[in-house]
Formats: sequence, structure tokens, C-alpha cells
Amino acid sequence: MKILEKGLGEIFTDPDPDKAREFFQKKSRRMEKKLLPLRDAVDSFVADGDYLVIGGFGTNRVPVAACHEILRQKKKNLGFAGHTSTHDMQILSAGEVYDRIDIAYIVGLEARGLSGCSRRYIQSEKVKLCEDTNYGVALRIKAAAMGLSFIPMRTSLGTDTFKYGCGVITECPFTGTPYVLKPAIVPDIVFIHVHEADVYGNARFHGISIADIDAASAAKKLVITAERIVKNEVLRNEPTTVQIPYYLVDAVCEVPGGAYPGTMPGEYFSDEAHLKEWLTVENDPDEFKSFLKKNIYDCGCHQDYIDIHGGAEKLRELRQLELLLGDEK
Amino acid sequence: MKTEYNNMELMICVAARELIDGSSCGVGTGGPCAAAMLAQKLYAPDLLILFEAGGIGPLLPEMPISVGDSRTTHKAIKAGSMYDIMDACCRGMVDFTFLGGAQIDMYGNINSTMIGDDHAKPRVRFPGSGGANDFASLCWKTMVITPQDNRRFVEKLDFLTTPGYLNGGSSRDMSGLPRGTGPYRIITNMAVMGFDETSKRMKVISLNPGYTREDVQQNCGFELLWEDRLKDTKPPTEEELRILRDEIDPYRYVIGRG
Repeated sequence: MKILEKGLGEIFTDPDPDKAREFFQKKSRRMEKKLLPLRDAVDSFVADGDYLVIGGFGTNRVPVAACHEILRQKKKNLGFAGHTSTHDMQILSAGEVYDRIDIAYIVGLEARGLSGCSRRYIQSEKVKLCEDTNYGVALRIKAAAMGLSFIPMRTSLGTDTFKYGCGVITECPFTGTPYVLKPAIVPDIVFIHVHEADVYGNARFHGISIADIDAASAAKKLVITAERIVKNEVLRNEPTTVQIPYYLVDAVCEVPGGAYPGTMPGEYFSDEAHLKEWLTVENDPDEFKSFLKKNIYDCGCHQDYIDIHGGAEKLRELRQLELLLGDEK
Repeated sequence: MKTEYNNMELMICVAARELIDGSSCGVGTGGPCAAAMLAQKLYAPDLLILFEAGGIGPLLPEMPISVGDSRTTHKAIKAGSMYDIMDACCRGMVDFTFLGGAQIDMYGNINSTMIGDDHAKPRVRFPGSGGANDFASLCWKTMVITPQDNRRFVEKLDFLTTPGYLNGGSSRDMSGLPRGTGPYRIITNMAVMGFDETSKRMKVISLNPGYTREDVQQNCGFELLWEDRLKDTKPPTEEELRILRDEIDPYRYVIGRG
């Protein structure tokens, strides 16, 4: 294959499909109970140096509880897929838990503004940067989900995004069309937050799926955090609705409010006041330190954190916002 | 009586008029989303609005804060995936996209990645491409909404995040990006620009109310081309402003930044 151009970026996960197959050959197919406290799941399945993919998008259906737990356990040297990573990146940057990042969208919180904490960490030269795009990262995850080592795409041609990424440009053997080929991202560990899962790991969620179903398949280790645990027969009665089957899953954790202060579709809207507090307080190093101590390090679990911010009453308020009940109350 | 409006309101109203009924449009949050909503309410009721994270054809009740929040699937056709949206763009089914950015050059290339000259040591880091490079690579017509000044409209970008016409001429087609795609309109507070057919350089096609040719050129870091028959941009109408202020952005998330 004739390579016309090569990006300068580093490849952070080994795309070799046969090495991945060797791993997946050994992954359990038994339908066993996998219910664990989140603390134990993070302890067992996140190793220093792992490459991490976080499900959801922006501040939506993001496993925030898992991000907090990763900080509490002081995980180090992770790789990270910055796939419209906003508040999750803000948390992971505060703990400096990653040292290499594939960049689709980082540092910002969309319409809310930019995170000083994320920006400082990215500008600190402690992190290796590899440029990509949202579709690019999603396709690289899809390649791994398909058991392939690369995937062709028609975006990023001609740009610095390509130049500082890890793709190559070559021509289609059938049409001569130039393509960017991107290596698969084979994540060591993936966290996905869902509405419902059973104790075996069968899971379903409402709303947009982004790249989560492929990320679940691509994951070497997959931890599901769920708003609710339901009986297996509930899901067996509606197999069309199950998006993630048990044999992809290593642990299931019941974490009501697990996406707080982000949005969980149909359950609760984002806590905009608290997200704004994050964006403000992180610009004062001393204040930020005690803010993190209070909101993350001194919390035993995610419920403690939610309780600081109003507990069940706050979630009820956010549910009303999410359901647009304003006019009908 | 003269109707008062700010820059953001003007840009949104002008952008909304460019969207065609029965077409499809990939949008982000902020100004682009407000423009698509306004178009849907006034000019293009059958506009298919697509959000990159998977929202397909919502009837937006209010401005989403995130391109992935639940508003982007409110009374939607489908809550899909990023693949649903971007694959459709790659197949040629998405007509328009709306983008912003920190810097733009004369060929409509955009920088939303960094300021500085060393990628590993950015002086100021921005979010990066997000879905912008994908949308601008694959949608037929790219539109940009941005305030205009010398810091934004530059001779040379610090980083080329998202493709316009690259080095101009036929360079975009030669790069392998899908044929017939590229920047279509740049909508600023001062003017509306298109692109010269051959050189692919930015060309002013209409002046916004209250601005002169000198204003527009002085607030641009490169030499602009000019349409022979330069038009005057129609100011926002009472109806456009009423819908924008009362129905689309009552909390002034976007128009409050104008």
C-alpha cells in the first residue's frame, strides 16, 4: 500500500487485531452475577497505564461517579479518549490521572465556556497530545468493535488536525479516492452509565447512543454504572431494547444519580449552578483544592456528593427541569 | 421607527434566511442552533436539523446547552448515534452545516485548536475539532457565524483545524475531500461573504446596515474580494426578532452575548 502522507501523532493503543482476539478469546461468556460496589469495580478493573474511554457525550449520560472514584483511588498514567469530553475531562484533569490524550473535543464545556483546570493541565506539557475529530474517534472505536486494526474515513484531509493525528493517507484500491486510514482504538477500560441493567450486565439506556454501543464492544474491560438494577426477566421480555449484552460486561454498579451534575435523559437535567461553580472555583488554586477535597476526596461514594448539593430534593428539582414541567406544575 | 438589535441577533437572523426548506443541516449549540430554529419557525418548516451526537429532527422546545442534551431529541424523529449523523454526512445527505471558530483565513479554513507555534506547547489551547472538521469535510455547504476583527480574520492560521478551500483554487478537491463541498457563506456582524468561484478566496457579497467597505476591510487581516453588485443586508425584521427573543432564546443564552 502506497502511503501518501503520514500524521505525526502517536498511537496510544496497540491496534493489532490478533492480539485483541487473543484477549477476547479468554473473556468470560458465562452469565454470572457481576454486581459490585463502584469502589471495588474501579479497584479491580482500572490499572495504572490503562487507556480509558468514557461513555456519553458532553455532560450527558456521562459516568461522573466513576470519574470521581478514579480520582479517589489516585489512578495514574491513563490514556484518555477526549471524545467531546467536557466535565469528565475537567474531573480527570483535576486529578492529573491521564498523561496521553486523543483529542476530538477537550477543555471546553460547550456553551458554558472553557475549563481553566483542563486548559492548565493540557498546557502543562505533562500530556501527550494526538489530534483527531469526533467522527474520527468514533470510527476508531468502531474499528476495534469490528475486530479490525484500522478504518478509512473522508474527513480531516488537508488539515493540521490530520498532520498532528496518527492517521495515514492512501488511495482506495478500487477507485483511487484518497482516504485517511486511522488505527483502531482498543480501550483497556470503558465506563458507560445507563438507565437499567440486570446483575449480569445486560443493559439499556434512553436517548442518543453516540458511540457507546461500539465502545462497549471494543472494551477489553467494561464497567456499567446504572441508575437502577432490574430483574433479568424484565430485559428478556424486551430483548429489542437491550443495547449492551452481558458478555461484554465485567462489572455492574448500581449508582442512582451517577451522571450528576450532568444530564440523564428523562431522569434529571444538569445542575448548571454547580457546573458554573466548578468553572469559577477552579481558577483559584487554593479554593479549588478545598473544593475538590469536599466534593470528591472526602466523599465515600457518589451519594455523599449528591447529598452535599441537596440530595433527593435537588434531583427532584432537576427532574422537573429535564421533563420541562415548568409550565404544567 | 428603527428596530434595535445587537450583533448576535443580526447574524442569527441573516444566517436563518440562508437555510432552504426541505434541506438538512448539521448544527452545533449557540448561534448556529438559534439560526436553524429561527429558520424552522419562519422560512423552512421542513428543515431537518441534525445534531452530531445523534439527535435527528427534533422540534426544539428551547436552546440546548449541549449538542447532546435531551432537548436535541425533544419530539425528535430518532435518538440515534454519532454514526447515524456523520455517516449521512459522508453519504452526501447533509446540505448545510454551521460553524464558529477562533480564527478564519481567506479560504474559509478555521482554527479552533490553539494559539501558538508549537503543537506540543500551545500558548492557548482551545477545544479542537469536535465535529467541526467532520461536518466541514462532508456537508455540501459550510456556513460560519463569527464576529469580525483583525484577530479572527487572519492572513495565516496558527493551526488549520477545519478545512475550507485549503490553499484555494482546486486544492480542496485535490486533497481528496468530497467533490463539490466547501465554505458557502461567512456571516459576520459587518457583512456577508461568499467565495470566488475560481480562486476560492473570500468575497464580500453584502454589507450589513451601518457598515462601509472600509470598515469591513479594516477589520480583516487579509485582502477581501468584492462582488461587483454589492448588496445591502436586510436588517432583522420585527417578526424575526420577536421569535428569536420570545420563543427561541428567552433566557438570552446566545443573544445576550451579542
